[in-house]
Formats: sequence, structure tokens, C-alpha cells
Amino acid sequence: MKERIEVCLSGAGGQGLILAGIILAEAAGIYEGKEVVQTQSYGPEARGGASRSEVVISEGFIDYPKVTKSDILLVLTQDACDKYISKLSQDGILIADSSTVKDVPALSAKTYRAPISKIAQEKLGNKLVINTISLGIIAGLTHLVSLESLRQAVLNRIRPRVREINEKALLLGYEIAQKMKLEKN
Amino acid sequence: MKNLIDRYIRKEMFPHIWCPGCGNGVVLGAIIRAIDDLKWDKNRIAMVSGIGCSSRITGYVDFCTMNTTHGRAIPFATGLKMAKPDMQVIVVMGDGDCSAIGGNHFIHAARRNLNLTAIIINNMIYGMTGGQFSPLTPTHRIGTTAPYGNIDQSFDLVKLAMAAGASYVARSTVYHIRQSISLIKKALNKKGFSVVEIISSCPISYGRLNKIRTPVDMMNWLKDIAVSSKAWENLSPQQREEKLIIGEFLDVDKPDYCALYTQLLEKAREEEVR
Amino acid sequence: MNKSLDNIKLLQGNEACVQGALLAGVRFFAGYPITPSSEIAEGMAYYLPKLGGKFVQMEDEIASMAAIIGASIGGLKSLTATSGPGFTLKQENLGYAIINEIPCVIVNAQRGGPSTGLPTKPAQGDMMQARWGTHGDHSIIALAPSTVDEVFWLTIKAVNFSEKYRTPVILLLDEVIAHMREKVIIPEPEEIEIINRKKPTVPPEEYLPFKPDQDGIPPMANFGEGYRYHFTGLIHNQKGFPTSNPQEIDWHLRHIYNKIKQNAKNITLYQRHFLDDAKIALIAYGSVARAAERVVKLAREQGIKTGLLKLLTIWPFPEEELSRLANQVELMLVPEMNLGQIVLEVERVVRGKCQVISYNRVDGELINPEEILLKIQEEIEK
Repeated sequence: MKERIEVCLSGAGGQGLILAGIILAEAAGIYEGKEVVQTQSYGPEARGGASRSEVVISEGFIDYPKVTKSDILLVLTQDACDKYISKLSQDGILIADSSTVKDVPALSAKTYRAPISKIAQEKLGNKLVINTISLGIIAGLTHLVSLESLRQAVLNRIRPRVREINEKALLLGYEIAQKMKLEKN
Repeated sequence: MKNLIDRYIRKEMFPHIWCPGCGNGVVLGAIIRAIDDLKWDKNRIAMVSGIGCSSRITGYVDFCTMNTTHGRAIPFATGLKMAKPDMQVIVVMGDGDCSAIGGNHFIHAARRNLNLTAIIINNMIYGMTGGQFSPLTPTHRIGTTAPYGNIDQSFDLVKLAMAAGASYVARSTVYHIRQSISLIKKALNKKGFSVVEIISSCPISYGRLNKIRTPVDMMNWLKDIAVSSKAWENLSPQQREEKLIIGEFLDVDKPDYCALYTQLLEKAREEEVR
Repeated sequence: MNKSLDNIKLLQGNEACVQGALLAGVRFFAGYPITPSSEIAEGMAYYLPKLGGKFVQMEDEIASMAAIIGASIGGLKSLTATSGPGFTLKQENLGYAIINEIPCVIVNAQRGGPSTGLPTKPAQGDMMQARWGTHGDHSIIALAPSTVDEVFWLTIKAVNFSEKYRTPVILLLDEVIAHMREKVIIPEPEEIEIINRKKPTVPPEEYLPFKPDQDGIPPMANFGEGYRYHFTGLIHNQKGFPTSNPQEIDWHLRHIYNKIKQNAKNITLYQRHFLDDAKIALIAYGSVARAAERVVKLAREQGIKTGLLKLLTIWPFPEEELSRLANQVELMLVPEMNLGQIVLEVERVVRGKCQVISYNRVDGELINPEEILLKIQEEIEK
């Protein structure tokens, strides 16, 4: 693992990106003992508007807490894609929800597209779990954190009533990642 | 009287700063008599005031006392009462102190129905700063900042306190001293937010500007304008314009803030930590 | 889950402040909702009642400040939290706490100003307001953490300082620190040093509430515990009563000013990073210190001997350490999210012994390491 990995999760307010950032940070920080910082930026709206959650993960002390160049960039809306694509590092991984982001610049071999919100609706009947599916995809594509650490973090953070569906969403994301990797090869 | 002075007054603080004919000393006497009747332990009494002539009262009494900032006596008292719920916390304010700069705190203490007794010494003017009109100066009266007559409407503090949620509301004057003592005593005993407005005399500022020049004139004026609610019924609207109702307006029993907070503490303890 | 894992928490700065305050013994909070500090009020509303503490949401910021003073006089360790607009409103009764030597803590999660400014974006624009915001001569203690872990520990320090020195203490966060999440290892209560205010040892009739002991600090009796005395916002004598005696007036003002000054050595906290051989020193605090720490690394990779003096205590200002450093380095660079506040103090202390320059950003974004590094390179080339 590189000394410092910068992750940017972006989309619209209400998509649960801040929670996803927290879960990712807890998975890496608490269950895998790494150093982590999670930050966010949001507008005055409680729902809608642009939303961005950042996680920096490192083996050592993290000085600057913000993302300067994303090693992993998740975009769930076209707006977010247009806004943050320039901050993707040269060999960074881009993950786009192809059901909402139609125009993805073909940057590198590390661009992954999957209809995340469509799959969420079809397979789990719930669009609210796209954040957890996305975490599963990240785990499947990058091994930044293990699926098991993510599962523990989800169980710890998420209300009991929706734990089961989120566990399923995590696995679903992981499977999507495996499929995308196969397609690349 | 000597006995009361020895027991309750910080004699080293005398002479006091109040003018001849001022009603503040009368109210001080009434509060002390009410407390003496109740036989409360002085160590368990706190008196909190804001800024203005009346606020100096806290310097003169041998309780736990705080002379705070202008208008803020109630929030200081709120913190103290929450920290020491078994203390009796009395707040003494002037009319400008309570109803202008402190107006927001007054209505919110009433809304919370916090166990405080608010005694408002209403001389209808800012006395300490030299006679400017206050929110309790009647319309048309003169103040140094209302040289052509006050065009503002004045608050009715009694109605304000009742509408905001107080448990006990009463009004008297420094002329009606026996009534004042008994109303203060009831207010002190009340659980919840209790309010006693005492109309007071300020011959030096209000009196001089409004042609009620001597302390005796002021007393006669107070005697004149104060009517019971019964007498009020028989007055014509025109006659009412010059009068003020005194007596008890509200005395209800409802859960006070401290009691509700005790319940909240129990609920919080039972609930599992998230 | 084992115990040690249980004690590792991913917390926002604001949440760490709540946890630190509770462990330090804070049992009273009064506040008013304001971004970006509201999580502190929310945390206090949840946790305080579980510990038998009191939470009151007041009608405004002024009342909140008054209420924590009242509660502290009643014997509870008290804290309030706010941001710029609310901090302005707190200045009135902050003065009352100073003149009456009331222990209490005010947290200011700084956002862009003036006025409503930038509610959701960071700034460090209240540094001077923290020092001089309330009118009249006085001293104050202000601390500024730069990590979430430091928020936790400095909150405890703030409470301890307030109790030890009988003074309000200001904890200066900024929006980045307030909302950022990092790991905090919550210690066991017995691992934490707790300081409680000194109580009088004399009987009530001999008690002078404002007469300092040898250490410059007067013992404080809580109301309702047998000592009847007076507080006033007027200049007062050692008994607590208003005075117009010039000697007593002079004594009172110098006392509240000097009691912090004479203890400055024990109050000024800072960290030195790579300063031993440094020719360039960055002077930074709060979230900007995080960028500065990166700059030290980047600059040294380029062979530029750079170090960082990270200020944890802002007021009283760490004059001694800065003065020493000025004899060693050639350049001090002070990056701040304001148009140059602490740099003025640095210049005052350095007295021309080395070059002092300022780097400022006020667009609501955290200063990044690259821009500071660029500034250093520019200065070297000059």
C-alpha cells in the first residue's frame, strides 16, 4: 500500500456519502489499525446540492487532512463528475454510476462504470443503499480495506433495522467489482 | 426593624445610593419581611440583579448575591438555579432592565416555567442614566429622550408574563406595602416562574419630568392610580386610561422546569447509550 | 469486541470536544444552535443528563454565556459552544466572567466572517477577538487544537486551566477541525489529570472572595455552601463590593491581568517540529498547522531546512519560545486563514531579529501545502 491513499466520494446531498466516508474511515482506522481522516463539504441544503466526502488513509500520521489528488474517485452524479474529475490523480481509479453519469471522460484503463443506482433498485429494491454498494465496489476493486472490516464498520454504524440490506449491498458491490475486473481483462 | 437590619442587611454597604423618596428601599424592606416570615436559611437564598438603580439591591442584602449585566439577571439566575436546584433564587430587576434589554430572557424564563421569583421594580423610567423613557413608561409621559411626550405604547408586564407561561403573576405598588409583602411571599413559595411587579416611585427623574415632584405627591399618585380588579370593572374606558390594576392575576399549578428536568434525568439514565 | 477496540473512536472534532469536556468533569452546558458548532450542543444534550448533568438550550447566545457563569458560581464545571456571530454576542458576559474570575469554557468553532460570513466554511478570523473581544483591559487563555485528538486533550486542558486560574478559557476550533473525523483513543478516567477549583480554607466570616493566595489565585466558594458573598461586574475590592478607591481599582485591574501573565510559562503549550537545525520556521496553529507539517516534509525533501512551531496556546502568546527561535532562524512564515492576525504578534515579539512574512487565505478553503511551499521558494529566490 502507498503511504497515503486519498479517496473522494462525490455526488448529491442525501445519497449517504458522508456516512459512506465514515464507514470507510472506521473500517480502515478502527478495524485495520491505520491512520484515517474523514472530511466533507456540503452546501446549506439538507437534501440535494453537491456533496463530497473525503477519506485519507495512511500507515503513518496524516498531516494535511484534505484530498489534493484522489487516488480513488467515486462519482454518483454528472455534476460531481464534471466538478471533481480534474482532481483525480494520474493513475487514479474512477468509479462512476453509469445510470446517472452519462458523460465519463475515458481517462485511463482505471475507469470503471457500473449502473449502481439501477442495480440498487433492481436487486435490492432500494436506491438508498448506493453508498454501501459503492463501498463494496471500492473494496472489490482496490483492496484498500477488506470486505470484512467494512462489514464490521457497517454493523457498528448502521441502525439495526437496515443492517441486513446494507450487508447485502456491500456484497453486491463486491460482486459488481469482480465482474468489472473480469470485463477489463 | 433593628432585628431585621441586623439579620439581613450588609451594614458596611450603607449609606445606600438611592435618592430620597425612591421606592427601591421600600421594596427591599418588603422582600426582607417576606423572607423573614418564611424563616428561610440565608445560605440557601440567592438574589440576582441586573443593572440600574434597583439592581444595587443585591449589594445590600446578606444572601448569596450577584449584580450581573444589564438585562441578563434571569439567564445568570437560570444557570445558578440549574446548578443548585435547592436554592431559592430571587431575581430583582428594574423596568428597563427587565422589559427592554432583558425582555427576551423574561419571556423565555416564563416559557420554561423555571423556579425563579422575578420581582420587577417598575418606576417607569431609566433612573440611573438620568430619566430616559422605558418600555413601561406610559404613552404621552415625558422622559429626557421623550421631551415631546412618549409616543411608544407601553408593555403590560402582567399580561406579558401570563401569556408567556408564568405560574404566578401579581402587581402592587410601594404605597400598598402590606399587599406587596404578601404577594412577594406567595410568589417566593410558588413552584415555577413567579412574577411580582411593584410600581415604584422615582420623584427625582420620573416625578420631576412629569410634574409629580415630591415623594409625598408620588405616593398619593400611586394610591390614586392603583385599583383592584373589582374596582376596575366599574370604571369607564376613559377612567381606565389613568389607572392600573393591582392584586393577583394568576396562580396556577403546573410542572416547573426543575421537576421536569428531574424526570428527564431519569429517562436519560434508563436509555441505553447509543 | 475487546475493551481497547471499544476505546478507539472515530470522532468529529466537535464530538471529541464533548467527550473531553465530560471526562474533565463538565456538568453544565448552555448554548444556542449555530453552525459549525451545533454538534457540541447536541452531544451535550444527549450525554450530560446520563451523568446527572444539566443541559439548557437558551434563548440566545448572550443568555447562554450568562447561564454558564451562573452555573459555575453554583459549583458546576460549565461550557458553552458557538461560532463567530455567537462569539461576538458572548463578549458581554465574557467580561463579567473575567472581572469576577469565574471558571468556564467557551468553544468557538470559527467560520468565515465578519457578520454571518461563511457559515459552513473555515477561517481563523477570531484570533484577536479572542484576545480583545470584550472591552477593557484583561487577560485571557485561548487554546487552538489542530487534530481531533488534540481537541479532546485541549478541551480537558481548557477546563483544568479555567478551574486552576479562576478564569474563562476559550477553545478556538475552526470548521475543518470541528467537522473532521479522526481516531481518538479515549483514556480511562483515572488516566486523566483533573483540576478542581481551590475552595476557601477559612470560615465564612473571614473569607475574602477576591483575595489571592501566594499563587495569585483567590480560592472560590460555591454559592449555597455556607459562604454568602457578592459578585458584581463593577470594579470591586477583595470583599467583592464596588469600589471607587483608586488604589483598589488599580489593584483589581492589575490582578486580573497579571494572574495569567505570571503563570504564562505553565499555560503556553506548543510543539516543535524539525526546528533544531531549521533556517526557516513556519508558525502555525489550528487546521493550517496540518498543512504546515506537510510543508516541512516537502521542503526538507528539497534540501530546505524548514521547521514548524505549532502553537497550541494562542493566548497568552508564547513570547519566550518565539523570541528564542528568532535568534536562530532567518525567516519566519506565518500562514493563516485570515488577513494577518497572529503574524502581528510574531512581528512584535521578533523585533526585527529575523524576517517575518505572512501567507493568507480568506476564500473559505483550507490553505494547502503546495501554496505555502511555493511561497517559501519565492522567498528563497528573492
